[in-house]
Amino acid sequence: MNALRLLGDRPFGAAAGRILRGLLLLPLFGLLAGCNLTVMFPAGDVAMQQRNLVLASTGLMLLIILPVIALTLLFAWRYRASNTEARHDPDWDHSTGLEVVIWTAPLLIIIALGALTWISTHTLDPFRPLSRLEPGKPIPAETKPLEVQVVALDWKWLFFLPEYNVAVVNELAAPVNRPVTFKLTSASVMNAFYIPALAGMIYAMPGMETKLHAVINKPGTFEGLASHYSGTGFSRMTFKFHGLDGDGFDKWIAKAKAEGKELSREAFLELERPSENAPVMYYASFADGLYKSIVGMCAVPGKMCMHEMMAIDAKGGAGKDSRENAARLQYDNRHTERGDDAPGATTPATHRAPRSEEPAGDSDHGPHGKGQNSPAPNQTNN
Amino acid sequence: MFSDTDLQKLLFGRLTLADIPYHEPILLVTFAGVAIGGLAVLATITYFRFWGPLWRDWFTSVDHKKIGIMYVVLAFVMLLRGFADALLMRSQQAIAFGANEGYLPPHHYDQIFTAHGVIMIFFVAMPFVTGLMNYVVPLQIGARDVAFPFLNNFSFWMTVSGAITVMISLFVGEFSRATWLGYPPLSGADMSPGVGVDYWIWGLQIAGIGTTLSGINLIATIVKMRAPGMSLMKMPIFCWTSLCTNVLIVAAFPILAAVLVLLTLDRYVGTHFFTNDLGGNPMMYFNLIWIWGHPEVYILILPAFGIFSEVTSTFCGKRLFGYTSMVYATVVITILSYLVWLHHFFTMGSGANVNSFFGITTMIISIPTGAKIFNWLFTMYRGRIRFEVPMLWTVSFMVTFVIGGMTGVLLAVPPADFVLHNSLFLIAHFHNVIIGGVLFGMFAGVNYWWPKAFGFKLDDFWGKVSFWFWTIGFYVAFMPLYVLGLMGVTRRAQHFEDTALQPWFIVAALGAGLIALGIGATIVQIAVSIKNREALRDTTGDPWGGRTLEWSTSSPPPDYNFAFTPVVHQLDAWWQMKNRNFARPATGFHAIHMPRNTATGVILGLISIVFSFAMIWYIWWLAALTFAATIVISILHTFNYNRDFYIPAETVVRTEGQRTDALAVAGRA
Amino acid sequence: MATHAIDALHRDSVAEPDDVPVFQDLEGEHHPEGSTMLGFWMYLMSDCLIFTVLFATYAVLGRNYAAGPSPKDLFDLSLVAVNTAMLLFSSITYGFAMLAMERDDLPKTQLWLAVTGLFGAAFIGIELYEFAHLIHEGATPQRSAFLSAFFTLVGTHGLHVTFGLLWLGVLMLQLRQRGLIVENRRRLMCLSMFWHFLDVIWIGVFTFVYLMGVLQ
Repeated sequence: MNALRLLGDRPFGAAAGRILRGLLLLPLFGLLAGCNLTVMFPAGDVAMQQRNLVLASTGLMLLIILPVIALTLLFAWRYRASNTEARHDPDWDHSTGLEVVIWTAPLLIIIALGALTWISTHTLDPFRPLSRLEPGKPIPAETKPLEVQVVALDWKWLFFLPEYNVAVVNELAAPVNRPVTFKLTSASVMNAFYIPALAGMIYAMPGMETKLHAVINKPGTFEGLASHYSGTGFSRMTFKFHGLDGDGFDKWIAKAKAEGKELSREAFLELERPSENAPVMYYASFADGLYKSIVGMCAVPGKMCMHEMMAIDAKGGAGKDSRENAARLQYDNRHTERGDDAPGATTPATHRAPRSEEPAGDSDHGPHGKGQNSPAPNQTNN
Repeated sequence: MFSDTDLQKLLFGRLTLADIPYHEPILLVTFAGVAIGGLAVLATITYFRFWGPLWRDWFTSVDHKKIGIMYVVLAFVMLLRGFADALLMRSQQAIAFGANEGYLPPHHYDQIFTAHGVIMIFFVAMPFVTGLMNYVVPLQIGARDVAFPFLNNFSFWMTVSGAITVMISLFVGEFSRATWLGYPPLSGADMSPGVGVDYWIWGLQIAGIGTTLSGINLIATIVKMRAPGMSLMKMPIFCWTSLCTNVLIVAAFPILAAVLVLLTLDRYVGTHFFTNDLGGNPMMYFNLIWIWGHPEVYILILPAFGIFSEVTSTFCGKRLFGYTSMVYATVVITILSYLVWLHHFFTMGSGANVNSFFGITTMIISIPTGAKIFNWLFTMYRGRIRFEVPMLWTVSFMVTFVIGGMTGVLLAVPPADFVLHNSLFLIAHFHNVIIGGVLFGMFAGVNYWWPKAFGFKLDDFWGKVSFWFWTIGFYVAFMPLYVLGLMGVTRRAQHFEDTALQPWFIVAALGAGLIALGIGATIVQIAVSIKNREALRDTTGDPWGGRTLEWSTSSPPPDYNFAFTPVVHQLDAWWQMKNRNFARPATGFHAIHMPRNTATGVILGLISIVFSFAMIWYIWWLAALTFAATIVISILHTFNYNRDFYIPAETVVRTEGQRTDALAVAGRA
Repeated sequence: MATHAIDALHRDSVAEPDDVPVFQDLEGEHHPEGSTMLGFWMYLMSDCLIFTVLFATYAVLGRNYAAGPSPKDLFDLSLVAVNTAMLLFSSITYGFAMLAMERDDLPKTQLWLAVTGLFGAAFIGIELYEFAHLIHEGATPQRSAFLSAFFTLVGTHGLHVTFGLLWLGVLMLQLRQRGLIVENRRRLMCLSMFWHFLDVIWIGVFTFVYLMGVLQ
């Protein structure tokens, strides 16, 4: 049991932890262990610490919630009108002592919880590199984290593993007990990247990069998903995350190398077109600087990258004669330009029926399902 | 000169026949139902010649009581629509597993969850809250109307116009798919090119104007129109929570209006506030919308807190415990609600310092909220609790709300939020507080003040049936969502792969079915009560043994509320009057100065619907025309200086005489 | 008189518990005054929040030129200074109108209101010229987030002034019809608050957008 080890190096946490562990884990877990409560039984150290935090906070709050519920029911029963034996004191409306108690009791709990929050928010900041693999297991000095560059596309996940020069769509693997550094962005709308068994979620946003540090401690196959609504294909924007031992991971890389083609810039632009329920795809290599250009919203040749623009802006802009820059910076309009459906498109812009007209998931949701099958949006419906 | 399509574009903008979903069976049936039902209502009104009274006494009325009732009627009607959406979602999620796609494709399902959220917050919860405040506040402070009676009528019709605009999307075009808060860039012109987001924008913008103005109105009413002697600390607690709510409204809704304007510009003009490209910043939208959105939560819950306080005190036959600390708690919540907005997007990666600041401020709100719960608890302590329907809702609220509060504080711990954000756990949490807090409060309030508004109580049996179905239904519907959230299941999904989840969704759907029975029971309750109104009649004006001034006048109150302005000496003014053997004067009545009804509000409301429809469909000539009409009509309204009249003393004498007779019959003369 | 009775009541209520306190004001009308001023003031505060959002937006986006023109390239401070002067003068002349109103001098009131209107119209004219000039140069609201925020902030203020002018015209007509009656005095007060409020906002715009934009 590693519950509350997050606080383990602090005396307060250790004491609170021991009490709460006994108080909470047994009955709660016994009841719900039957179903697959990933968040409660994760396989990665970060998610485990977050789980422990959930339990510790809940325990702290139950200290006051349970008595309140009990008292509510008790008073409701005891002072019911038909119970004439109970004392009736119609003018009793103030008690300084009680007032002090009802303000300080929640206050004390919030102070404890606030301290817990402050500490845990800093230790579990997704931008902060890991300090351990597991409780009591520091990161070996020579370990280099596995870097994964994540791109949220409409509606699939693209992962770059620069160390191996491999890219994968809708599948990811990491060696057990090797820290992973995720760098995340999106090529379309906002999204959130979430592997419940591994670590908490973080937004993936176009034109920006967020980070997430995590480690998987147990081998296995886990669910990964998009947890921020992003349009039509959102529900099916899921993938499998494999925790593999060293050998298994090497095999997985080898498989990607063997089965995959090259993810050239052109191939990416084709991949980027909206598609639902996309299958797993491997790429044995990828174009140089592709991920960086996606973050910079300049994967399309001729476009100006964000960092270029920001450099110009920092110097005070490019003056009045800079109209061509505007065209080079257009980004959001590319769905329409290429005849693809926008993520939230329906009538009348596309004449796609607004409601249940089109049965969902009928055709093959191949890699470029929607885009290829209906290059002219008008035909989708008629 | 024009080709056919040019002319059509000019006349109808982007509206074509194809946008009417006549090929859509579900909608055809719905439309037929609405049309037949609507026609039946219209026919009934015509048959009984209700048009005149309806127009004269209700639509054009500036009486805060009638406007309050109309708000609540609007809330009930929209509750049916919003709940129909909920049933569709629950049934889709109960069947759409593995190979089964369910019956709603994503682009339809997405509109339904968006509409559900928008309607429940803006057109159910808000009208409920505003309606009850409108009805009760002037009565509780001993006033004859609100500070700006015409503005009140106008605000109401703007809210109705917003609701109608959203409803039109059901039958013409589509509604937004971009979630109830319309996050860009998804809601931007490039990503959501259809009319859906525009329906959302204009519906909210118009309703928001009404809400802001009604907030200003009620603040001015509470600040300026309290009965003599009623200092702020002698004001009924519901007035305090109303005051704070309206302060929140006035300080929050302009922000929503501004954000919606910016998004409108992005969509209509092509500016770059929230786009990905050319320097826009979608994260700014998240911040701005939640600077409105979080106070909005307290706008809804504070009046409910007020109702629970009134109800607890009345039905326990006891003074409210800790009035002063209750007031301070309310004010503290009001202020703190502006310092917590970022907890809605901890996962955006703002950094540990920012996240923990907002997490801790959020937790701090639970201290005054906890104090409130304790105050209700100790009001019950040594009381004589009569478990009438309003009190049942209150007890159920106290148990349910603390659970929702606990999960809320849990979500305020940023690293815990990282694993629960956007999950069904979050959905369970906010339904836990909005149903268990706001909605239960509104039902308590409706049951509590119904006899005041109509002169007869609501049927007890059906009220209890409704209560039990709602309470049990709530737990059955939402506890499974907590569990699903802990399984890592995200919100807004139209389909799931993992069939192991299905039993939980089926249970949740059953819970929604129970709630449907609860809503049905409420409708039966109202129907039965109207049928048996003579048996349920209350002639005293004070059926519950009330404590505040609204119970001192007749039920329903006369147009002028109080023949004489009450004078207040302590908190429970009416309680004191009763205890000190207050004798109603039978003579000496004066003519009473009252505001005159006006049709301007209705007309402006109707024109606003046409205006927003024209904007949504790019029918520019019509938009320009209706906009100009709005301005002209508003200006013409200002040329009407004849806005008030006197209720003659004889009428007052007659009305009060009838009341004296009724009281004599009731043995309370 | 009524207030007298009530003051007495206040003392009563604490004094002797055996007396039955007076629970109703039998004197008649209880008319609260000043609701309109309070209500209008709250409206102005809510409007101020809209401007707050627009200022905040400008603060966030004001340097996102999208590799395009910046304030230095675009703003002509001398023109804006003239414009500012117009608005400030209009505020002063509105003040004169209010002074005339206090003296019950209707013709003077009307005169000063007219002068205010002229200054306001000049302000709007200059602003429209500036906008047209910018758009002609390619600095449109669609060009960059900075320009979107700029046009929206300044344009919203301009729209307010335009509505103020419309209101001013209507009010002058109503003054001509009915003179300085109570309702019209109240409306003059409200418009006065509105007009000065717009002046204050403009000072913010001038400093924050133009001065700091060009001099940074």
